[in-house]
Amino acid sequence: MDEWLSYRLSDLILFSPQAYFRMFAQYHERIAPLQVVLLSSAIAIPVLMRRSPARAERMIAAILAAWWLWVAIAFHLGRYATINWGARYFAILFMVQSVLLAWYSMRHRHEQPLPNHSGATLLFVLACAAPVASLIAGRDWNQVELIGATPDPTAIATLAFALSSARARWVLALIPVLWCAIGGATLWALDSAEAWVPWLAGIVAVALLFTPRRAPA
Amino acid sequence: MTDFANGAISRREMLGAMVAAGLTGTALPFQGSVQPDVLSRKVPSSGELLPVIGLGSWITFNVGDDRAARASCAQVIRAFIDGGGRVIDSSPMYGSSQSVIGEAIASLPGDQLVFAADKVWTSRKDGRSQIEESRRLWRVQRLDLVQVHNLLGWEEHLPMLFALKRAGRIRYVGISTSEGRRHADVEQLMRQYPIDFVQLTYNAADREVENRFLPLAADRGIAVIVNRPFRQGALVDAASRRPLPVWAHEIDCTSWAQLLLKYIVSHPAVTTVIPATTSVAHVRENLAAGRGRMPDERQRERIAAAVQSL
Repeated sequence: MDEWLSYRLSDLILFSPQAYFRMFAQYHERIAPLQVVLLSSAIAIPVLMRRSPARAERMIAAILAAWWLWVAIAFHLGRYATINWGARYFAILFMVQSVLLAWYSMRHRHEQPLPNHSGATLLFVLACAAPVASLIAGRDWNQVELIGATPDPTAIATLAFALSSARARWVLALIPVLWCAIGGATLWALDSAEAWVPWLAGIVAVALLFTPRRAPA
Repeated sequence: MTDFANGAISRREMLGAMVAAGLTGTALPFQGSVQPDVLSRKVPSSGELLPVIGLGSWITFNVGDDRAARASCAQVIRAFIDGGGRVIDSSPMYGSSQSVIGEAIASLPGDQLVFAADKVWTSRKDGRSQIEESRRLWRVQRLDLVQVHNLLGWEEHLPMLFALKRAGRIRYVGISTSEGRRHADVEQLMRQYPIDFVQLTYNAADREVENRFLPLAADRGIAVIVNRPFRQGALVDAASRRPLPVWAHEIDCTSWAQLLLKYIVSHPAVTTVIPATTSVAHVRENLAAGRGRMPDERQRERIAAAVQSL
């Protein structure tokens, strides 16, 4: 135990900031132009909520399940694992979340519109604005985080969904919160101020999950 | 020359011998390298000479399959070998580092120039398959040295490594630790097992090993590889905010990095220090610390005081 306590966060990071951010550039280059599809699916979420509110919850869960599976395979196993042997375990975590969301999408019969939830809206906007945060933090344009494509904004968007969902909120939020902690810690160890984005999202989500929901009028 | 492999020797005696020698007591020109002026030390268990400046790969060579970054790392390794370096250290823990090194040394005229120091790092009982995979990634006929990384599973790995050494599959057996971890176990293993190498953290700011492990290594005839000479760059970063002391030229140093390295390699129990870098300029700067005048005990204390004041 004492030995483990002697490790700093930076001792657990096996790569340099340059290698980490260049890995994102390589990833975006390899999946292009799929980013357009992933962004389109993100734009589809508010459209679904407006046009097809009764089915929105199930469809959004299905979209999120697809994102988590994609990030597990294409990002963690396909790219991140080349510099971090721990990425294979992250991939398993992301696959589990994908299964949870797919289960929610298939089994959930609650055909009510998703309630307006200002916290969820805030988190979803934060997830969509991830590329801006990356640029402000100093990444190159081709190294940015992107909703549906990279882990952090995908986890944040899922937290937004979990906050709005009718049931199983904690089950849906557990892995995204855990990932916000891991993703933020990685960026922090790499001296990136961008660490605050997933950390802040995780803290806000946990605080709101503990806040009792008002009964519908 | 002081023979540290035979008989006990105190730190005072050791440093005294170093002062008397003017340079370092055991510093010798490296034989077999293209750079005859590079200072080298004997591996006590074999008498093999190794240059005092080696090359680490923690973080720096873990660049995945990024072609440009791998090519850049290969240039660093080539500059290291061209400059008279020989000892390269890695581990299965270091991501793509082993394959980056292997790719680079495969492009050299002959892999005999490189002293391949690697580690076994697994909680599995039999580490042989991992060692074989490491050898394959290094693209060498055999690894020269295999160390038990952070003592993980040493109870199983050490007997296996001694068996591999007896079979001629590896040349040396070692253990490694960093930043003061598991020092009680390190000491016990140094006393109880006929290991050839111990790798540990030592620099002008982290001097605990000076009193405890370096004399023990000299007494037991164990070669010492020093990691984290710059505290992952923190010492150089802190020092670079201040001008280089005017007395640095007395020991042929033109940078803080060289002062820090000369502090380490001027200790006669140290065999090799393994700074890691991604820069060709820095690898050349580091290699230069293995040449020229070395600090005597007074100058070493001066360096330590300067570093403590940072």
